[in-house]
Amino acid sequence: MATIAAAPAYPSTDSYVGESGLWSWLTTVDHKRIGTLYLFSSLFFFLVGGVEAAFIRWQLALPNQHVLSAEAYNQMFTMHGTTMIFLAIMPLSAAFFNYLIPLQIGARDVAFPRLNAFSYWVFLFGGLFMNASWFFGAAPNGGWFGYAPLTTMQFSPGLNIDFWVISLQILGVSSLAAAFNFITTIINMRAPGMNLMRMGMFTWNAFVVQFLLILAFPVITIALVFLQFDRFFGTNFYTTAAGADPLLWQHLFWIFGHPEVYILILPAFGLVSEIIPTFSSKPIFGYPVMAYATMLIAFLGFGVWAHHMFAVGMGPIADTVFGVTTMLIAIPTGVKIFNWIFTMWGGSLRFTTAMKFAIALVALFTIGGISGVMHASPPADLQQTDTYFIVAHFHYVLFGGSMMGIFGGIYYYYPKMTGRLMSEKLGNWHFWLMFIGMNLTFFPMHFSGLYGMPRRIYTYDAGQGWEGFNLTSSIGTIFLIVGMLIFVYNFFFAGRRGPIAGNDPWGGSTLEWSIPSPPPEYNFARIPHVTSRNPLWDIKAPAQQAADAGMHIEHATGKSAKELGIPMPNRTIKPLFCALGLTIMFSGLLFIHKDKLPLALAVIFGGALLMVFSLYAWVLTPLEDAH
Amino acid sequence: MTHAAAAHSAHDDTHGHPPTSTGLDNKKLAIWAFIGSECMLFASLISTYLIYKGRSVVGPYPHEACLPPACSTPLKAILNIPVTSASTFVLLMSSLAMVLALAAVENKDQPKTTLGEKILGSSKLWLWMTALLGTTFLGFQAFEFTSFVHEGLTIRTNLFGSSFFTLTGFHGAHVTAGVLWLLTLLAIDYRRGLGPTDAINVDLAALYWHFVDVVWIAIFTLVYLIK
Repeated sequence: MATIAAAPAYPSTDSYVGESGLWSWLTTVDHKRIGTLYLFSSLFFFLVGGVEAAFIRWQLALPNQHVLSAEAYNQMFTMHGTTMIFLAIMPLSAAFFNYLIPLQIGARDVAFPRLNAFSYWVFLFGGLFMNASWFFGAAPNGGWFGYAPLTTMQFSPGLNIDFWVISLQILGVSSLAAAFNFITTIINMRAPGMNLMRMGMFTWNAFVVQFLLILAFPVITIALVFLQFDRFFGTNFYTTAAGADPLLWQHLFWIFGHPEVYILILPAFGLVSEIIPTFSSKPIFGYPVMAYATMLIAFLGFGVWAHHMFAVGMGPIADTVFGVTTMLIAIPTGVKIFNWIFTMWGGSLRFTTAMKFAIALVALFTIGGISGVMHASPPADLQQTDTYFIVAHFHYVLFGGSMMGIFGGIYYYYPKMTGRLMSEKLGNWHFWLMFIGMNLTFFPMHFSGLYGMPRRIYTYDAGQGWEGFNLTSSIGTIFLIVGMLIFVYNFFFAGRRGPIAGNDPWGGSTLEWSIPSPPPEYNFARIPHVTSRNPLWDIKAPAQQAADAGMHIEHATGKSAKELGIPMPNRTIKPLFCALGLTIMFSGLLFIHKDKLPLALAVIFGGALLMVFSLYAWVLTPLEDAH
Repeated sequence: MTHAAAAHSAHDDTHGHPPTSTGLDNKKLAIWAFIGSECMLFASLISTYLIYKGRSVVGPYPHEACLPPACSTPLKAILNIPVTSASTFVLLMSSLAMVLALAAVENKDQPKTTLGEKILGSSKLWLWMTALLGTTFLGFQAFEFTSFVHEGLTIRTNLFGSSFFTLTGFHGAHVTAGVLWLLTLLAIDYRRGLGPTDAINVDLAALYWHFVDVVWIAIFTLVYLIK
């Protein structure tokens, strides 16, 4: 246990990571490669969402600007929100789930490698389908929450909402398939001795998130099915003239939408719970309480949805109940904040870029959390709802929380993924630009919101006391853009020439640091036998170095799985085709809107045929060669 | 856990797969997670139906007649409980056939002498029986849907029509997927015979089938029986 010395030097790595070339990536079923694909795709979508944000801030920098029309502005903020939530933060988390869960639990892959590939391709096609709407001049424009009846055919007759509804259905399939896979993996693929209370804290957070996913996504699936049926088949779910409840969508959406908030933040909490102990050279403070707090957050997360709806007039009893349950969530969340602080307390701290981002999460998420408790109180919320105060709040938790944690995770795990370290010097610049830029952009929104500036307005008049705050926000955005450019350079170029990382550049405590970087295709040549929560620190302690510790450091051998006699799943293109079929099938719905029923049916059945055929071909082929 | 630990004590983990942590098959855990997720799917559909119950501004209605002046022509209560009771019975019996099909696959290797043992031991017979009963249920549903349309209730007519057809249609789609799954198992059975090593795959289909059956019990009670 005890504290550990500076990172030991390992010889240069020569892992066998498998074949290269485009085909090897299209057919891969390796969780590390799929994680890498998730990382690259979601960083791309993050940049797209960032450009959309830049347009928004450009428009709002000064009063009465017309960089964008009102209609274009609606598309811009809708796509910014939808992209950042569904195409950036969720898949960035999925990138870490894929890459890290098997490594942290001592497995050679996930439970269903081909299903994993399917999840990725469905996500990619869904994201591309959503963004294809730009080329039809019909990007979604109903907000990321897509409130019906506003989004029904009567009020949104264009293709905009069709693109939104259909892509969210496609993306839901991806998230659900991945969640079934990870639940099974974490329950069933742990190395001997890796009981649940010895798992890495990231894996714990990921585990809880998968349950949120499988329970929350079906609800939005049904809300979207109703909307699709209303739009395409003329049903009445959201038609108030037929007696429909105008709050049905809001309830269904937020029963999904609030757990979704924890789906976005818990993975970042997990990453920070890995980073802070390593760079404090101390085990995480209160490990079991951290695990229980995560479960409690998830559990309470299903009982607070209507705090998004205080303004609709649900009555004092509902308001009180949802206000109280919302405030309760501050307790397990506060427990986590204090546990991170106590982990750092008295530790020998190393302020690497990853550590700075992790500490930034603790600080900024606390600010966002406190403003969250403010609008948990219905009377306060009535003043704040639909103002920039809310925008400030959720950017503090999503940007200050999720994204800071994810950036920390990227700096921390980049050497594991690539075998080389990113530049700490550029990382430092990136961090400070993001940290200052983030606060400069979002802190003034608290004030513009309290001064009454509503959300989602495409421009505003001078003389309402909003100009200074908006200009400051827009200047902050420039810091963020420069910071991101430095990050992109560091990630794609500087990192490639960085120093060789070796197995364990940071002195970590969990299993992923016992194997070469990048890990060989089979991860572990010998499956470890785990005897504690910090197996790697244990074997570095002199008293524990006996062979019966069950753990060992694996050095790169340059040998393939075949040479070592380790069974590996075969590569296959079928999951990609299955995902493609699914996407084509859903896209056929667009033609119903255009009153081209025969074409719609042809596309839907063609896509379904491709999907079912690929699925049968996939399921009836064994995963790996007989041995 | 003890099973996994015992298997591990003689471990040579360089070759082959280590045993699973729980000793259960991965696929079995995944289908339970899937069923958990499906519960939320049907919970959303059923809640919407119940929320919209009695809120339709025009008929036909499920349990009560619609007479002038509310409806220009008199419309009778639309749900046909005797017929649906019959189809419910058929679906419940299909679950029994499914249990027998799984048992037949599990006990494929045991010697069968009497006629009764041979009948009970025929996986093909019971898979066919399950699929046929499922298809019969779907036939009942097709009959019900057509007669409703003839009586003036479509998915567009009112809130009852929208929520009823969507809920029962989703259930019917699940039954259809289940029948296709059973037919796939049958095709494998005819090609190479299903044996005890395939029991896990039949078990997955069975779990799914029973789940869909249980959902129907909830729908039959909440939609048809409770006025």
